[in-house]
Amino acid sequence: MLPTNTHILFHEFDYHAPTTLYEATELLAQYGDSARPIAGGTDLLVQMKMERRQPAHVISLARVNALQGIALNGDLTIGATTSIRDLHQYLTSKLQPPFASLQSLGEACNGFSTIQIMRMATLGGNLCNASPASDSAPPLLTFDARVTLKSKTFERVMALEHFFIAPGKTALQADELLTHIRIPRPPHQSASAFIKIARVAADISQVCAAVRLTRDGNLIHDARIALGSVAPTPVRAAAAERELIGQTFSAALAEKIGKRAAQEIQPISDIRATRAYRQHIAAVIVRDALLRAWERTQ
Amino acid sequence: MTPKLVKLNVNGRAHHTALAPNTTLLHALRDLGYTDVKSGCEKGDCGACGVIVNGAVVNSCLLLAWLADNQEIITVAGLGAAAKPHPLQQAFVDFGAAQCGFCTPGMIMSAKALLDEYPHPTDEQMREALSGNLCRCTGYTRIFEAVQNAAHEITSD
Repeated sequence: MLPTNTHILFHEFDYHAPTTLYEATELLAQYGDSARPIAGGTDLLVQMKMERRQPAHVISLARVNALQGIALNGDLTIGATTSIRDLHQYLTSKLQPPFASLQSLGEACNGFSTIQIMRMATLGGNLCNASPASDSAPPLLTFDARVTLKSKTFERVMALEHFFIAPGKTALQADELLTHIRIPRPPHQSASAFIKIARVAADISQVCAAVRLTRDGNLIHDARIALGSVAPTPVRAAAAERELIGQTFSAALAEKIGKRAAQEIQPISDIRATRAYRQHIAAVIVRDALLRAWERTQ
Repeated sequence: MTPKLVKLNVNGRAHHTALAPNTTLLHALRDLGYTDVKSGCEKGDCGACGVIVNGAVVNSCLLLAWLADNQEIITVAGLGAAAKPHPLQQAFVDFGAAQCGFCTPGMIMSAKALLDEYPHPTDEQMREALSGNLCRCTGYTRIFEAVQNAAHEITSD
């Protein structure tokens, strides 16, 4: 018998196309674990073709307008089904200080797979898929981003840091939908940078790192470092961050902190890279991202 | 899994067809006879299944056909035919930009979407626009030459 994972979509499901957030959450309340929302579909359809996920109900969010778009109102609020391409264009063309310091998220969007996938994939989908290799998660972690989770009857907001539980698993309950990603107003004198290492540009990262620095003269007033593809979830390098705060910035310090961050991570060896390579490269790209972000604060 | 009557507007022609929800646009189009849309990797890596939906190039292997209901779809056959080829198609012939030809439909659709947005693309814009289309005969140089020459041809008319 032929293997079934021929990448053709055999799996059968019922398809729902709600037009309001209320309808969408009502469907989730009704079908719970047997349902899976679909936004861009660029991850979910592949998982269904590979028979890794087999939802009996697929709930399309394409017609729920309340989930789309970006608004600047004190915070920067990004609707969950905003495409990576739209987010990239917004970040690279429309932002004034202090939001212009969100460069790293623009860099992550720019390196996000291919043009076709950038147009189809959504920010919320990238987060809900909970890949350890998510490109968008490390920059958002350094911005202290918060996510809004909504069920039919209840809404809660949590730090993105607590949203990721394990590969493919988030804090979302079966009846909850991720509706918005909120980035608080960045501090003045801050800047960020994102670096991704992959075998070819459009591939999934072997390691990626995002940093945000806030300066006070020659001193580092505040620091955030986050990495992808180095642990079961995207992670912060908290000890390395603490060692930066209050220090005078120098290339030697960046070098030291890069190595410190590499000690904090728990990468695995897989088809994309070995554990040793990931640890080595993490130190290099954290150093380089620190140098780049610091230069941008000038 | 109840099928639904979906209206697909392909290359200016409306098709009403009953489709199950697990039909991707790729296979809906091929079943309607649009075999110019190629089934390659089936997971969004190779770009061979590229079609333009409402002005944007997408991987039709990752789009459920129901989501394309009532949308405007263009495949490579909709650009031109042997008797009256589109300048991109002609340039691919003139510059030897097709070897086995399997990537060509997706490649041309990405190039079409690029030239619709940037009539005079820089080399970097062009390389980026075609980065989601893999050519395993590795004829990229000739493909790039063909696209730049087609851009020139189109804008000089």
